[in-house]
Amino acid sequence: MTTTTPGPVQQTSLVFVGMPKFPTAAREALANTQQRRNLRHATHTIRDKRARVVAEVPEWEALRVAGAEAKDEALAHLGDYLEQLEASLTANGATVHWARDAAEANAIVLGIVRDQQVDEVVKVKSMATQEIELNEALEAAGVNAWETDLAELIVQLGHDRPSHILVPAIHRNRSEVRDIFRREMAAVGRPAPEDLTDEPARLAEAARLHLREKFLRAKVAVSGANFAVAETGTLVVVESEGNGRMCLTLPETLVTVVGIEKVLPRWDDLAPMLQLLPRSSTGERMNPYTTMWSGAHDGDGPQDVHVVLLDNGRSHVLADRVGRQALRCIRCSACLNVCPVYERTGGHAYGSVYPGPIGAVLNPQLRGTTSEVDKSLPYASSLCGACFDACPVRIDIPELLVELRGRVVEQEGRTAESAAMAAAAWVLSDPKRLAAAQRAATTAGRVIGGRTVRAVPGLGAWTDARDVPTPPTETFRQWWARERGQGSR
Amino acid sequence: MSARDEILARVRGATADVVTTPADRAPTAVVEETSPGRAATLDLFAENVADYRAQVVRVAASGVAGAVADALRQQGCATAVLPTGLDPAWRGAATEVVRVLDEADVRVDAELDAVDAVVTAAAVGIAVTGTVVLDHAADQGRRALTLVPDVHVCVVRAGQVVHDVPEAVGRLRPEPGLARPLTWVSGPSATSDIELERVEGVHGPRTLVVVLVDEEV
Amino acid sequence: MSALARPGTDLRVALFATCFNDTMWPDTLKATVRLLERLGCTVEFPQAQTCCGQMLTNTGYGAKALPLVRRFVDVFEGYDAVVAPSGSCVGSVRHQHRGIVELAGDDRLASRVEHTVPKVLELSELLVDVLGVTDVGAWFPHRVTYHPTCHSLRMLRVGDRPLQLLRAVRGIDLVELPGATECCGFGGTFAMKNADVSVAMGSDKARAVVGTGAEVLVAGDNSCLAHIGGILGRQRAGVRHLHLAEVLASTEEDPA
Repeated sequence: MTTTTPGPVQQTSLVFVGMPKFPTAAREALANTQQRRNLRHATHTIRDKRARVVAEVPEWEALRVAGAEAKDEALAHLGDYLEQLEASLTANGATVHWARDAAEANAIVLGIVRDQQVDEVVKVKSMATQEIELNEALEAAGVNAWETDLAELIVQLGHDRPSHILVPAIHRNRSEVRDIFRREMAAVGRPAPEDLTDEPARLAEAARLHLREKFLRAKVAVSGANFAVAETGTLVVVESEGNGRMCLTLPETLVTVVGIEKVLPRWDDLAPMLQLLPRSSTGERMNPYTTMWSGAHDGDGPQDVHVVLLDNGRSHVLADRVGRQALRCIRCSACLNVCPVYERTGGHAYGSVYPGPIGAVLNPQLRGTTSEVDKSLPYASSLCGACFDACPVRIDIPELLVELRGRVVEQEGRTAESAAMAAAAWVLSDPKRLAAAQRAATTAGRVIGGRTVRAVPGLGAWTDARDVPTPPTETFRQWWARERGQGSR
Repeated sequence: MSARDEILARVRGATADVVTTPADRAPTAVVEETSPGRAATLDLFAENVADYRAQVVRVAASGVAGAVADALRQQGCATAVLPTGLDPAWRGAATEVVRVLDEADVRVDAELDAVDAVVTAAAVGIAVTGTVVLDHAADQGRRALTLVPDVHVCVVRAGQVVHDVPEAVGRLRPEPGLARPLTWVSGPSATSDIELERVEGVHGPRTLVVVLVDEEV
Repeated sequence: MSALARPGTDLRVALFATCFNDTMWPDTLKATVRLLERLGCTVEFPQAQTCCGQMLTNTGYGAKALPLVRRFVDVFEGYDAVVAPSGSCVGSVRHQHRGIVELAGDDRLASRVEHTVPKVLELSELLVDVLGVTDVGAWFPHRVTYHPTCHSLRMLRVGDRPLQLLRAVRGIDLVELPGATECCGFGGTFAMKNADVSVAMGSDKARAVVGTGAEVLVAGDNSCLAHIGGILGRQRAGVRHLHLAEVLASTEEDPA
């Protein structure tokens, strides 16, 4: 077997340090009835939309395979494709930077901003810049970073954290949004209209007016990218509102922070990706706007174009032969929308910018399993498998969760649980031992008789809300021996 | 070691188990819906563009100029910016109904905010998704033109309409050293960020009129 | 009954009881035996069997499940068909046994696993695919709703086989369960480790069940049924739960 050398894991950022383990955070989230209602409505709406448009494509499975294949190819030869991407971008007039971690990436972006002598940037929604907490880093250096995606604006103005990859304010409803706009817009720019209602159309209009002055005056924009084509040096941003186009077109300087796993080998690989992503993500045949740019284009858009290629734990994940499939993720959030756990807890309980099923496998790989939350994330799933079915690039999230549970177990060494599991394994590996253990159950069954069990010492986690099945007075094994003798082997 | 060299070394170390090379890879699988015929493809294009709540007007080649003028008039536009390479007949028609500015006259993008509309051609249309792709050639103008004004009248010729996405990607493949920026537009700008309720019209043009020029019989 | 075809004649089937059913739900296994024998099968119960190891594997102790996998193959490799009334345990056999053995690097065992696991079927698969029946001659005059468990649905892809079987039951009033494909929240140790989320999911499922007006909730996994049923019981909801095998075994002479 060839051994691979993993790069370092990502440093858990200050925002998420000290996050409680998932079950603790989840309990709090479950008690937030307004949020539960908002989430249920939103996830079911988008789930149904996705199901409708995916059903329109008879060859969906073949598309998933094509998408996974393109990403696997990129990951298998990532070194080669990164070098090719760099060469193509440079040939197109872009400046390429490399960042080992969040601090290095933030310093690069801040350096570019300082060179332009500005104190503000406009931002396109980007998971990579959220991950590195660029906004916080810029603000600490006296630079305002204006989020321009409507949901990101809601989160930013509400001094809140995003709870969904695609719809970061999914946990807020319309009246909460109106209150945030009325309260907060004036402090940072054009105030919300006096007569603002909670109609989504009015709220979107308020955002349009608030942001337009920022778009028109901004000198520097910061974006992420959905795809980066190595062959042609093309960067792609997929969006809906047009805020992306504003940021990618109007400022003089554009900085794009791209995770190294965003590479696609070839131009042709864009086809399956653009067929898979919108249907999986927003449940549309195609998203309203997609921008593709290849460096600086003469007389059109930013002439000072930078690309920051970000590792930040990705090379660590890549070294794991089972785990690396998580790097195929195209951040569509279909797995969040179908997840019964996410639907009830929302995103904050996952303690990361990557919530839901993909977060439950990505965070413990990117950050390691030392913190309370990262250790608990592989268990934040009933393994129902809905996420794998929805994933456009066939990431086997349940398989990865089980794999990561094994890693947590290994790391934790001897615990009460491991002792219990060792005992169970000992009992279950021999039919005589199993039969002996079963006698305890049937004895209990005879004692309990026809009554219902509502509490068992030590089983509070079960019996707090659920009756316990009453054990039978005779196991099947005993019955068979009695009725059929030893007739069978 | 530079960040570049270190990341590349990490990545190569992480993939040391891989035994294939990039050259081993087969062509990207093309998964697409087959066109049931040209007429059906054009009908589907018109249907899907309209489904995104863009307005679709189907005309013969001789009717384009009239359709452009009608669209500008119906939208109540007073001014329109036109790309330098726009078809002179369409330009003439626009001039009769609105005050026309040429792309070159509006040097500063912020000035486009005072312009009501833009009229352009297109590069490719995609039937299955109801998408119009702009490659910002001379008849479409630089990207800001089709972004800042609130009304976009976009003329798509039947011959530019392909059935599904892979064919469009094939047509749009950049020539080495001559890459153009691309803007894929599927309906007017939209958001579903508040309670997943779709709202048309955020930052991009809130009204999109697609003039589909049918093939001459 | 005499008119009933006996498509299982000449088929020798090994019953994989599964440790949970063996210990907690012997009636499901007895019903499985009754049903298969009624259809003409010869049912054997190899007594050396124990457990598929799923609880260990899914909790992160896959390495400890290796002796169980070895035992499973030792016990069952000689049969043409192995059946278990549990989508979850069959799912573990078909989808996890290979991985456990691969990780241990035992090539010989791996090839025996490869040979054995495809023959292991969930009850509805055996009935519909091998025996080719959907009408098993059952009688169950009750209002029933069916919950398709996640592992039967998304690991085994049993599709609508259980519903085909239920629709053919005489006297049944089968009503659709809204949101049927959503997980009930059991999830093995998830039910304990994330008890709050598990109960939240189970409560929504229980609400959907009650909303159908069904008198009986049916599923192919007793573990999921114990979870949903435990919540329904705590609520005194007046809905009982029954394994699919018990409904299919039910007749006028011997009703469930």
